[in-house]
Amino acid sequence: MGLRKKNVLPGFGLSLGYTVFYLSLVVLIPFAALFSRTAQMSFMEFWDTISSPRVVASFWLSLYTSLSAASLNAVMGLLVAWVLVRYHFPLKTLVDALVDLPFALPTAVAGISLTTLYSVNGPLGKHLARWGIEVAYTPLGIIVALTFIGLPFVVRTLQPVLEDLDVEIEEAAASLGASRMKSLLYVVFPNLLPALLTGFALSFARAFGEYGSVVFISGNMPMRTEICPLLIMTKLEQFDYIGATAIAVVMLLVSFMMLFTINLLGWWSRKRTSSAA
Amino acid sequence: MKEASGLKNISVLCLISFLMVMGLLVSCGQTDTDRTLLNVSYDPTRELYADINDAFALDWKNRTGQTVSIRQSHGGSGKQARAVIDGLAADVVTLALAYDIDALASKADLLPASWQQRLPHNSAPYVSTIVFLVRKGNPKGIKDWDDLVKPGIEVITPNPKTSGGARWNYLAAWGYALKKNNGDENAAREFIQALFANVPVLDSGARGSTTTFVQREIGDVLLGWENEAYLAINELGPDRLEIVNPSISILAEPPVAWVDRIVERHKSRDLAAAYLEFLYTETGQDIAARHFYRPRLETVAARYRDRFSDIQLFSIEEVFGSWKNAQKIHFDDGGIFDQIYEDSEALPDRS
Amino acid sequence: MESIHLNVRSHRKRPHSSTTEPKTVQWLLIGAAMAYLTLFLMIPLGTVFYQALEKGVGVYLAAITDPDALSAIRLTLLTAMIAVPANLVFGIAASWAIAKFDFKGKNLLITLIDLPFSVSPVISGLIFVLLFGLQGWFGPWLQEHDLEVIFAVPGIVLATVFVTFPFVARELIPLMQEQGSEEEEAAIVLGASGWKTFFWVTLPNMKWGLLYGVILCNARAMGEFGAVSVVSGHIRGSTNTMPLHVEILYNEYNFAAAFAMASLLAMLALVTLVLKKIIEWKTARDLSLLDDAETAVEENG
Repeated sequence: MGLRKKNVLPGFGLSLGYTVFYLSLVVLIPFAALFSRTAQMSFMEFWDTISSPRVVASFWLSLYTSLSAASLNAVMGLLVAWVLVRYHFPLKTLVDALVDLPFALPTAVAGISLTTLYSVNGPLGKHLARWGIEVAYTPLGIIVALTFIGLPFVVRTLQPVLEDLDVEIEEAAASLGASRMKSLLYVVFPNLLPALLTGFALSFARAFGEYGSVVFISGNMPMRTEICPLLIMTKLEQFDYIGATAIAVVMLLVSFMMLFTINLLGWWSRKRTSSAA
Repeated sequence: MKEASGLKNISVLCLISFLMVMGLLVSCGQTDTDRTLLNVSYDPTRELYADINDAFALDWKNRTGQTVSIRQSHGGSGKQARAVIDGLAADVVTLALAYDIDALASKADLLPASWQQRLPHNSAPYVSTIVFLVRKGNPKGIKDWDDLVKPGIEVITPNPKTSGGARWNYLAAWGYALKKNNGDENAAREFIQALFANVPVLDSGARGSTTTFVQREIGDVLLGWENEAYLAINELGPDRLEIVNPSISILAEPPVAWVDRIVERHKSRDLAAAYLEFLYTETGQDIAARHFYRPRLETVAARYRDRFSDIQLFSIEEVFGSWKNAQKIHFDDGGIFDQIYEDSEALPDRS
Repeated sequence: MESIHLNVRSHRKRPHSSTTEPKTVQWLLIGAAMAYLTLFLMIPLGTVFYQALEKGVGVYLAAITDPDALSAIRLTLLTAMIAVPANLVFGIAASWAIAKFDFKGKNLLITLIDLPFSVSPVISGLIFVLLFGLQGWFGPWLQEHDLEVIFAVPGIVLATVFVTFPFVARELIPLMQEQGSEEEEAAIVLGASGWKTFFWVTLPNMKWGLLYGVILCNARAMGEFGAVSVVSGHIRGSTNTMPLHVEILYNEYNFAAAFAMASLLAMLALVTLVLKKIIEWKTARDLSLLDDAETAVEENG
């Protein structure tokens, strides 16, 4: 049935009004400050700042490590959420509880622990090094840190939707003769897709801006393992606020575009499933 | 209807707790001592100022009868300077380099540009230098700067873009190379390039580098403040580490200043000035020396003579003219440090 | 039609042979999920607790009862206590507007709500410096009136509110969209008031999302480091939150104490989860009462 044009529900004005008000207060005004600071520089200065080789290199690094981490989290997060909601196994509650911890742990602590574990003489890194895989102080290390901090997003976005998914739909599909695989693929998955996309987008967006944990494990080598937020920090260190905000604005636009696309995709997939249902 | 009243109770509870929280917030700013002072400092001075503050509070109490409580803030030197520029109400700043205090004058006009002339010895009550920390027994036989650019030696230093201490490291190496090559800048640049080609990790701060070197056991030699090297040995393992003194190094002068605009507002100029002058007294100098900062006062220096080895030291003015100059040529965006890495495709790939 | 829908809720969790996988597949999937969680989550967490307790329980207790540590704990709890309710109210309003109504610019609004996620913590701190710092928009005015925002508690709270802004809304929106609004419409048609519909129909329906949202929001509010670090000023005993205190201890080579504080943060997150379980259990009881009431209403009507 989906959403309809004529709506009998009350509270539209109040809820949307408050939403927009609070959004302006907490998000939009602060962003205006950011953009107005960037507007103090001419376009050429802006372009010179953001097109310098180090900025470009760090930008690509941030982009591809965040995308890898978010993809890994999307696949594995779907699995974890499914297992946690649908199956029973010992210590499930504990595992469920632990999923949130990457949020609660200060990012610096996460970075330090991961570096301890994955550096060449750490308990895990030692074994990986034997296979010729170096994790700490390489882009792979950045991916590990970003996977850790983005882990709860996909799981926690999918979980409520899965909890709420009517098993009846699956039963119906089964009684109509669909195989389990088919009903999962064509009935369950489309319902999860919007939430999965959201989780992916959030995990990506969070990873893209992450600083605290990455600086420990990346090694911060210019042109090789230097992430975008670190460059913002180095600009600030030189009291170059405008240069810092220039990079910030570019990062912001990229994640905004990314989130917007994914929200559109989610909206489109919801529309498709609701019209199919 | 039971549930509805339950909900009402919950919302009332929420409201009450919210108001309590707001009340707490409002009452947060008050303190109960006679006078307070905020000292905004850089990272390695935590232990030093913990002792100085106790000693000064005692001294001030004896002299005036007032109880004084000194609040401390520590962080990277540049970051701390930025916080003060942005409004952190520091009565006194005790930072790693003069450039950062200059910024308080030039960016926000918080103190006069001539601040460095107000206290003796360029407003630096204690000095330090850059030394090498190596593993016990010095397995790679590192003796002087030239050993750092040999192939196969891994050097650990923080990132000069984000760490004040790392800038001293870099400038010390540059100064050595200049002296050795009779002022040939190109040779110095090659030396620096070779040195940083041997650096596998650039942590964002000095203590991060120490952890990388000591805890993760990465690298053969750590460049750092003399006082930090001694602290690392004492805290992390006298049996694992030792110090190597290079033949030449830089005279690192961490300066102090009171911040005029803020002490005027807090009416704390007398206290701030007394606090900084205390650093120059026999007691203050003795505490500094105990924390492995080289004292200025001859009598104290004599007492701790065998603690600090004789290294030929050059000052930043001698070699670089001024901090502003050094910062602009070497560390600002597009400076020599950046150029080294942007040409880095020429370097052998280590990874 | 709609009244039948109301009761579906209570039956949905029953396992059924046609809606689950064979045991072996289940265990394979569980195994894969656990391997992933172990590698990326449990081992790193294990290290934290290991390092925290390495020097013994005495050191651990001393670390968390140190006056500076206690003041950091107080500040962290205070910050979370303000940030979470503020974002909770917002989250409910936003998800109601977005999930129940159609309007132009909805995708843009959702994206704007997500925006604080995508902002590097470094930038979120910087933004508040640009607003309230001495060189910023409101800084000079605030100083004239002797008001402290940045480098004081209000700045820390603001930065935390900003960073945790989307959590509740983001949990609720997909959930409420997936649920549709038939149940609320039915209630309204049957004559219930808007608030009543909200408390009796919507709120019980979204309890899962709401709880997850609050838990995430709370965990992040307590654990936020980057943004808070920029606006805190790091004054010992007054503007240090727990994550900042961890950093301080770590930088003092006091590794055991640093990890002790970190483990405390981890345990605070666990406490919220225990609370979640309690609420869950209570709601389940209330819901069954509610269902009984509804059945009675249907039978009478």
